[in-house]
Amino acid sequence: MATVDLQQLRKSYNSTEIIKGIDLTVRDQELTVFVGPSGCGKSTLLRMIAGLEEITSGELRIDGQRVNDVPAAKRGLALVFQSYALYPHMTVAENMSFSLKLAGVRRAEREAKVMEAARILHLEPLLDRKPKDLSGGQRQRVAIGRAIVRHPRVFLFDEPLSNLDAALRVRMRQELTKLHRELKATMIYVTHDQVEAMTMADRIVVLQAGVVEQVGTPMELYRSPRNLFVAGFIGSPRMNFLTATVTSVSETGMAMTLTDGTTIHAPLPASALGIGDTITLGIRPEHISLGVEGSIGAQVNLVEHLGSESYVSLQANSGEVLTVRVSGESKIDPEETVRLALDTDFLHLFDATGQRIS
Amino acid sequence: MITPSTSRKLLLTLLGWSVALVIAFPVIWMVLTSLKSETEAISRVPHLFTHVSLNNYVAVQEQAKYLRFAWNSVVVSFGSTLLALLLGIPAAYAMAFMPTRRTRGTLLWMLSTKMMPSVGVLVPVYLLFRDTGLLDTRTGLLLVDALGILPVVIWMLYTFFKEVPREVLEAGRMDGAGPLREVYNLLLPLSMPGIVSTSLLAVILTWNEAFWSLTLTTSRAAPLTAFIASFSSPEGLFYAKLSAASTMAIAPILVLGWASQKQLVRGLTFGAVK
Repeated sequence: MATVDLQQLRKSYNSTEIIKGIDLTVRDQELTVFVGPSGCGKSTLLRMIAGLEEITSGELRIDGQRVNDVPAAKRGLALVFQSYALYPHMTVAENMSFSLKLAGVRRAEREAKVMEAARILHLEPLLDRKPKDLSGGQRQRVAIGRAIVRHPRVFLFDEPLSNLDAALRVRMRQELTKLHRELKATMIYVTHDQVEAMTMADRIVVLQAGVVEQVGTPMELYRSPRNLFVAGFIGSPRMNFLTATVTSVSETGMAMTLTDGTTIHAPLPASALGIGDTITLGIRPEHISLGVEGSIGAQVNLVEHLGSESYVSLQANSGEVLTVRVSGESKIDPEETVRLALDTDFLHLFDATGQRIS
Repeated sequence: MITPSTSRKLLLTLLGWSVALVIAFPVIWMVLTSLKSETEAISRVPHLFTHVSLNNYVAVQEQAKYLRFAWNSVVVSFGSTLLALLLGIPAAYAMAFMPTRRTRGTLLWMLSTKMMPSVGVLVPVYLLFRDTGLLDTRTGLLLVDALGILPVVIWMLYTFFKEVPREVLEAGRMDGAGPLREVYNLLLPLSMPGIVSTSLLAVILTWNEAFWSLTLTTSRAAPLTAFIASFSSPEGLFYAKLSAASTMAIAPILVLGWASQKQLVRGLTFGAVK
């Protein structure tokens, strides 16, 4: 197993820069998830690590060894593709043993390794089938099996679950997490699904427009997003944002006014802030309580019932649309006028440039 | 009862058969003529099956050694197809999977060479062949045919290779396959139907190639196209014998084409009905 070091890694196509100088260390035996919206460069970054895309500048080191110019075939990494990319003319067993055959491993050893991977992934009854005779989930398991048999230094996953239906995705997610624990492998996993990132990752790397926005454990990112982008991207439903103006600052706390004139007191030190500064106030749906009392007036737009809990979408008097999580038993009707109280211990403040005010 | 849709189908079927008959008529007429006597063959009033005989075939075989010409045709057409594939597969692979800014232009340029009449390069090719001792050799004809067919082969292979998912080859690369392994173990098996139809078309085109056969070969390396031409003599045309010779010349390729029509149609309509 291995560590992966990225130093000022850049990638350009003609004059367009896709990856803009990324510094990152993927630790040994860690499951690191690259997450970000479509087009943020996460798959390109993974393919650069894999050796399928050339590195324009910067250094890529695996276990300390510079591999910029080492071809994909010689990096000793395994990649599980979004489209599975199985060899359609080979059986499951042949798919899994292809790399070993290329490496000149003897037949008996090849078969033993394939059987071992098949056992882990419950693929034993399917070994003689061709990919076209398999379901989506089975194909994905074969693709993972193909990676396992090689005992790669690092496992790379490029949105491997996005072609599966919702139920299967949840199951495969759990299986992959279990597999990571069993294999004690270094894994880099790319997804645009922040739920996958939160549930699977040891550490998450949030990317946007070819730049790393934040690196941290799922809960670090959830509790202390470094900027507005991370705050909005991590968490489902997303964090609510309200625009406010600072009206008073003291050593014990501060007061802010929303656009409709509502005043909110926050017990946060805000040394860098002055009176009159415009800030963005972030609060997660579970940290707003809904009732007859509260500082913010709002009207209910929509109630989404999920069973154990419901998400209420509201229009605040200040104009912003907010989401509040309530118990599934709550009786709230659309068009109802309500009051919202913010749990100020969980307020996130962002300055005019979108950076967190700590 | 005849519904509008069945009458439409009937009309289309009739139209299809009529077009097919018009296209196939020369070949059918040639086969019929080859079975007639020379007098019947040039008769102003066409005869059908009056004195059916295989005399013309016997005469043609006695007059010219059919098998020797046929063997040359086999060697040249299959040899040039093989050579074109050997050169075309790596070229099409590079163009399909590692394109540069100039790939499209190169492909179009290659195809444009097919638009130039062969006679345009006759003199330099002839002189080259004369100076290298390739005149009237199967190797020489094989080479020129292979180069002639190469643009078509590369274009067809390029189109077929583009259909192979890039990720499958990348997966091979991740599994440790170098370019040779990637082509041999993955690309070729995955695009076998395309390679087969490309080969068939190449064999047919080189089998029917007449210009270079007639200008670069005389006797030793002459293929069947030269064999047919040899029946046009100063004494005049012997239509029945000429027809017999032509029938014998096209028979092998006709059988090959018939047997593999499914593959061929797929190859020729590829891209249009993808």
